[in-house]
Amino acid sequence: MKNSLIGFFIGLAVALSFTLFAGENPIHIGWILTKSAFGSPYDLGLTLYYTAGLIFTGLSVSVAFKAGLFNIGAEGQLLIGSLCATVAGLLFPNLPFPISVCVATLAAILGGGLWALFPAWLKIYRGSHEVIVTMMMNLIAAGLTSWVILKVIPNPDSQNPESALLSANYIFTNDPIKKILGDSPASWALVIALLCSFLVWYFFEKTKWGYQVQVTGANPFAADRAGQPTKKLQLISFFISGALAGGVALVEILGNSGQFKIGFSPDFGFIGIAVALMARNNPLGLVVSAFLMGALHKGASDLDFETTTITRDFSKIIQGTVILFISVQGYAWFKRKKGSK
Amino acid sequence: MIRSLLLFITILLFNSFSIANLKVGLVLDKGGKDDKSFNSAAYEGAQKAAKDLKIELKYVEATDINALENLHRQFAQKKYDLVIGIGFAQTEAIKKVSKQFPQTHFALVDGELLAPNVRCLLFEEHQGSFLVGAIAALKSKSNKIGFIGGMDIPLIRRFSMGYVAGVKHVNPKAQIVENYIGVTGEAWTNPAKAKELALSQIASGVEVIFVAAGASGSGVFDAVEEKKKLAIGVDSNQNWMRPGFILTSMLKRVDLAVYKVIEDSLNNKFTSGVVRYGLNDKGVDYALDQHNDKILTADIRSKVDDIKKKIIDGKIQVPDYYKTSKK
Repeated sequence: MKNSLIGFFIGLAVALSFTLFAGENPIHIGWILTKSAFGSPYDLGLTLYYTAGLIFTGLSVSVAFKAGLFNIGAEGQLLIGSLCATVAGLLFPNLPFPISVCVATLAAILGGGLWALFPAWLKIYRGSHEVIVTMMMNLIAAGLTSWVILKVIPNPDSQNPESALLSANYIFTNDPIKKILGDSPASWALVIALLCSFLVWYFFEKTKWGYQVQVTGANPFAADRAGQPTKKLQLISFFISGALAGGVALVEILGNSGQFKIGFSPDFGFIGIAVALMARNNPLGLVVSAFLMGALHKGASDLDFETTTITRDFSKIIQGTVILFISVQGYAWFKRKKGSK
Repeated sequence: MIRSLLLFITILLFNSFSIANLKVGLVLDKGGKDDKSFNSAAYEGAQKAAKDLKIELKYVEATDINALENLHRQFAQKKYDLVIGIGFAQTEAIKKVSKQFPQTHFALVDGELLAPNVRCLLFEEHQGSFLVGAIAALKSKSNKIGFIGGMDIPLIRRFSMGYVAGVKHVNPKAQIVENYIGVTGEAWTNPAKAKELALSQIASGVEVIFVAAGASGSGVFDAVEEKKKLAIGVDSNQNWMRPGFILTSMLKRVDLAVYKVIEDSLNNKFTSGVVRYGLNDKGVDYALDQHNDKILTADIRSKVDDIKKKIIDGKIQVPDYYKTSKK
């Protein structure tokens, strides 16, 4: 984590110095980015909204990593999870408040988890590579959700590509987090996200199963020889991975908009990979890296607003440079670890 | 006397003050100002207003749906007089922000929203699509006509339904091949896939393709140039992009609407409510310029203008997806 933070800041410094070419003062750009993240309760709220989403997808990627699998499918799993939460909400509009949210959450977990289970099954029992399968399933998920949203549960009062609204029973009306953060998209889901990162940390550090999963991830053959149920462990971890991605439903559907808007995710699933990488799969460090990436993402639109030359595309350069430097740091760390073995 | 003179001077000062300093913010959709289509049209209209009317213009491009509210709020907080949102995705954001900043004027393109300080600019896309459908059927020698949409969303369905009706109006036997580029937002910026779809449509015997897919459209233009067929552009006048291969463009004059709302704000004539742009006020139309006057023959033009007149007079009813899909 320390190394990747260094990587992050070197990357940020290099990226900011690029802005010199665009005729901007890097210190000024850095100041805008900082203000963008902390400037007002609303700004912080939007940053924390991205953070919460990225914690879920980051955890999703890192749990699969620990089991020796590479889950590129968080984007698809979060879509299916969100879809299931929306459908559950529309099916049972009259459930009383806390139960309704629990049902929708359960639907999101099951949806995301089961969607992830399929590529895991293909990988473990048929040998298809999970990277390819999960990536392809992202597109299937996008197609499936678009179809269900537009043809089965469209919003009757609008021509926008979005689902019908969930009933008021699903919305936490006096959400203290929303209140503090200026009625921003952030919500109680942030607390759940933090809780999840703690639970994942606990799972890996303090439980037998967590240890078994890590052993499997480190060397599946050795683990198999040592009598570990490697297949079962990998299946379970991939299910957890998908379920965590489904947690984005809490951030967006239940915590923010109360409906499924097609295209709501700013690539949470893919930025989540960078988040997990940056935190070296440490569930607690992941909170920090999710916040930093969230702030960068939030800063992109503010840079566009505050300056004339730093457009949306330039912000991509900044993000890309930061990710590159983190990966270089990560690679160096990986080499060192291999060397020491 | 002195009093009225003072009043006169203050009014004069106030007026010159407000004229010199009208600040307009433009929030573009994900497609960005260079999509050569929908957002480009809005951007050009605003640029023209900035030049002609000497207003202060600032534009931003959205990164994702949740950033929209942030951008509108920033504009309002910086005391911009008019904030224009391009695209239906901004409806929610403007709804929320317009309530918090009742002094600021907002304009929303493609979205419907009732608020005392919001003007909605809507277009009768189905009418324009009907016209280009008729043009396609008149020009095409084969009985197969193509349509390529970005994503299968209601807005694009509205284009396709009008287009199909226009084709059938001229040639009831015609068969329409309809394809959509993708299922994610990336569908609007994927010319490579648009080109593949166009090539496969052409291989199946299609001669004219109408493409309503934002920045992806350029892929279709590449395909028709390669195979010497024809395409129909959308939103902006795209005839210049491949002269001789673009039969016409279905104009959606977002630029006019944007210009008008800026002008009205400047002259203190801003009104809220819904303004619809259709064939009768040239809010939607087909494009004719030096790039396509050879392929769009006088014969076709006179027939199409006849159809246009009939639609305006209400003799032809163009089916509207927005109305048929509502139960």
